[in-house]
Amino acid sequence: MKQDIILAGVGGQGILSIAFVIDNAALADGLQFKQAEVHGMAQRGGAVQSHLRLSSERIWSDLIPRGEADMILSVEPLEALRYVDQLRLDGIVVTSSTPYKNIADYPDLDRVLGEVAKAGRSVVVDSEKLAKEAGTAKAQNIVMLGAASRFLILKEESLRSLLETLFKPRGAAVVEANLKAFDLGRGAAGAA
Amino acid sequence: MARQVLLGDEALAMGAVHAGLSAAYSYPGTPASEIMEFLIRLAEKEGGFKATWSVNEKVAYEEALGASFAGKRAMVSFKHVGLNVAADPFMNSAMTGANGGLVVVSADDPGMHSSQNEQDSRFYAQFARLLCLEPADHQECYDLARRAFDISEATGLPVLIRLVTRLSHSRSSVETGEPRPQNALRTGDWKDWTLLPVNARRRFRLLIERQAELLRLAEELPANGLTLNDKDRSLGVIASGIAANYFREAAAKEKSAPSFLKVSSFPLPAKLVRALVDHVETVLVLEDGYPLIEKELQGFFGVPGKRVIGRMSGAVPASGELNPDLVRASLGLAPLPARAPSGVPLAGRPPQLCVGCPHADTFKALNEARAGYPGTSVFSDIGCYTLGALPPYNAIQSCVCMGASVGMARGASDVGVRPAVAVIGDSTFAHSGMTPLLGAAAANADMTLIILDNATVAMTGGQPTYGSGERLLRIVEGLGVPKEHLRTIEPLPKNHGKNVQVIKEELEHHGLSVIVAVRECIQEPRKKKS
Repeated sequence: MKQDIILAGVGGQGILSIAFVIDNAALADGLQFKQAEVHGMAQRGGAVQSHLRLSSERIWSDLIPRGEADMILSVEPLEALRYVDQLRLDGIVVTSSTPYKNIADYPDLDRVLGEVAKAGRSVVVDSEKLAKEAGTAKAQNIVMLGAASRFLILKEESLRSLLETLFKPRGAAVVEANLKAFDLGRGAAGAA
Repeated sequence: MARQVLLGDEALAMGAVHAGLSAAYSYPGTPASEIMEFLIRLAEKEGGFKATWSVNEKVAYEEALGASFAGKRAMVSFKHVGLNVAADPFMNSAMTGANGGLVVVSADDPGMHSSQNEQDSRFYAQFARLLCLEPADHQECYDLARRAFDISEATGLPVLIRLVTRLSHSRSSVETGEPRPQNALRTGDWKDWTLLPVNARRRFRLLIERQAELLRLAEELPANGLTLNDKDRSLGVIASGIAANYFREAAAKEKSAPSFLKVSSFPLPAKLVRALVDHVETVLVLEDGYPLIEKELQGFFGVPGKRVIGRMSGAVPASGELNPDLVRASLGLAPLPARAPSGVPLAGRPPQLCVGCPHADTFKALNEARAGYPGTSVFSDIGCYTLGALPPYNAIQSCVCMGASVGMARGASDVGVRPAVAVIGDSTFAHSGMTPLLGAAAANADMTLIILDNATVAMTGGQPTYGSGERLLRIVEGLGVPKEHLRTIEPLPKNHGKNVQVIKEELEHHGLSVIVAVRECIQEPRKKKS
C-alpha cells in the first residue's frame, strides 16, 4: 500500500500545516512516510510544493519520481496545474477553485479550471466559501485536506485527531472551526 | 527508544543532544537554520545545554571550539557558504584538534534553492584532512550525529557532517535512543592549542599520522555498504548520501539491480571502492554536489580497463540537484508513464517581498533619489532585500556574499564611481558589515551606506539580530561615521517625500554617510500573535 501526494499552493497558504497533519496521521496509522518541503526564500509569496510519500514499505527517495504521484492536493488552482505532469495516468487532482492572484500575468481562471477538469480525475472545491462558512477564512487549507481525506489511505479519525493537536494551542473555537472546515471539505468532495 | 517525526536537520540535532551535547552555536541560513531552532526549543523546554545564535559563522565556530577546549561536546552548524566565513577556525581546528567532541555541520544547497552557489562541503573536509560523514536519510542523520561525537573524541579531531537541502528539509520518523550524560570540564593542553610554529609543526605531523585511522574508521562505518551482483557485472554504482536513495528508488522497480556501493564517509572506504571497481566494467558515480568521488576514481589517467561515468562524463548533469528522474535516466531506464504537462501557459510565481514590507518603501525612495545619477549601481547583500534586484523594484545590482556590499561600494568609490551606494540589512551588517565600515570611516570613503533595520533575520524565519535600533546607531557612530552624516528614516509610504530628500542629500555629500531605515519586519508582530 502506498500513496504519493504532491501538496501545492502559495507561500503562506498553510501547505505545511496540511503536511503536519498527514505526516503524523501516517505515523499513528503505522505507515512510513517521507515529506520533502521547501523553506527559506521560496516561501515569500512564491509557489510552494511539498512531496509527501506514504507507504507500508520502506520509502527510498524523498522526492516522488515523475509519473508516480497518486494525487495533487492544491490550495490554489494554478498551482495544481503546475504539477500535473508528475501524476500517474490514473492519478487524481484535488484542488481549490479559489485563485491566489499575487502575479500580474495570472491566466484566465476559466481556462485554468477547464485544464484541471481535463486532467482526468479531479475534485474541485470552493475552499474560500467553505472556509468562511466554517468560521475562518484562513482554513482553506483544512477544507482541502477534508476534501482529499476521501481519497487518502489514512483513517479519518487520525486526521481529525491531529487537527485537534495542531490547533489546540489557539483555543477551542479555532479547533472547532477547523474541524468544521475539514467536514465541509470532505462533504464537498463526496458530492463532487 | 521512541519514534519521532523530525526534519533531517532536527534528527541530526536530536542525535547531537543524545550524544551528550553541552553547547551549540549557529548563524541562520537556509537550509541549516532548523538545526538551531530545534535546539533552542529543546533547550528552553528541557534545559541542560546551551543553544545560541551567534553573530556570524566564524564566531559560532570559535564559540564551539572554546567549549571543546574545555572538554565539553560542542556543535556548530551553518549553511555551506557559512563554512567559508568559518574557514579560518575550521582549518586551524584540524591542527589544534578537539578536546571535547566537536561536530561541524555544513548544509549544502545543490540546485541553489536559496543560495548563491552550490559548493560542496566534502571538499572542505578533504582540504582540512578531517573526516566527513554524509547521511542519506533521517535515521542516519540521528545515528551519524551520535557517531560523529564518538569519532571526534576517539581521534581528537573535529568531524564534519555534510547535509543537503533535500534531506535537511525532509520530514520522516526517526527511532531515537537513550541519551548519554555530558562530559565533565577537562581543559585542553596549551601546547596543542597554541599554534606557534613549533607546536603547529608537531600538530600537523600528528594530523597526517591520523589519516590512517580516519581511513580505518571509514572502512568500518556501518553506513557504508556494498552489494555485489554476481550475475551481471556490466555496471556498478557508487552513490553518496541522498543520491543512494534515488538509485534505490529506481533499482527497487527492476528485476535485477547493478552492484552498488553506498558511501557515507570521506575519506572513501577504499577497500569497498576497490571491491566494486574490480567487480564491474563501468562505474556510475552518483553524488548530489560536485564530482568528488568521480574525480578521485578517474584521476588524471582513469582506471585501466574500466569506464568511470558521472557528472564529469555527462552521464549525470554537471550542475544542479539530483532527483529520481535524472538518476533513472543515468541508469539507462525509460521514464515512467506520466500525464502530459498543462496546456495553459503557467505563469511563474517567484518569491516576492511581502505586501507592506518596509524594504519596498526604502527601495522606492532610493530609486527616486538616484534618478539624477543614471548608469550608477547599488551594491547589495544577502537577505529578503535581495529580492529588490527583481521587478518591480530593480533597485539593487549586486549580491555576492555576507557583507560584500560595504567593501564593494568602497572599492568602486576608490576608482571613481559616484555616488557609490551600498544596501545591507541589520543582521548582515552585524555579521560582516561592521569591519568594512570601520575601514571606510577611517578613510572617509565617498560612499553612502543604507542599513535596513527591520530588527530581525527575516529571510530565514525571524531569528534574533544583535545590532538593531539604538545599539545599531551607537555601533555605526562608534565605528567613526560622522554624526551629521548618520541619518535615520522611517520607510513608510507617508514619509516617501522626506525619505527621498534625506537620501538625495547624502548622495550629494562627498564623504561617508550612513542612512538607517528603521521599521520592524511586518512578519514579527504576526509571529508574536500566533
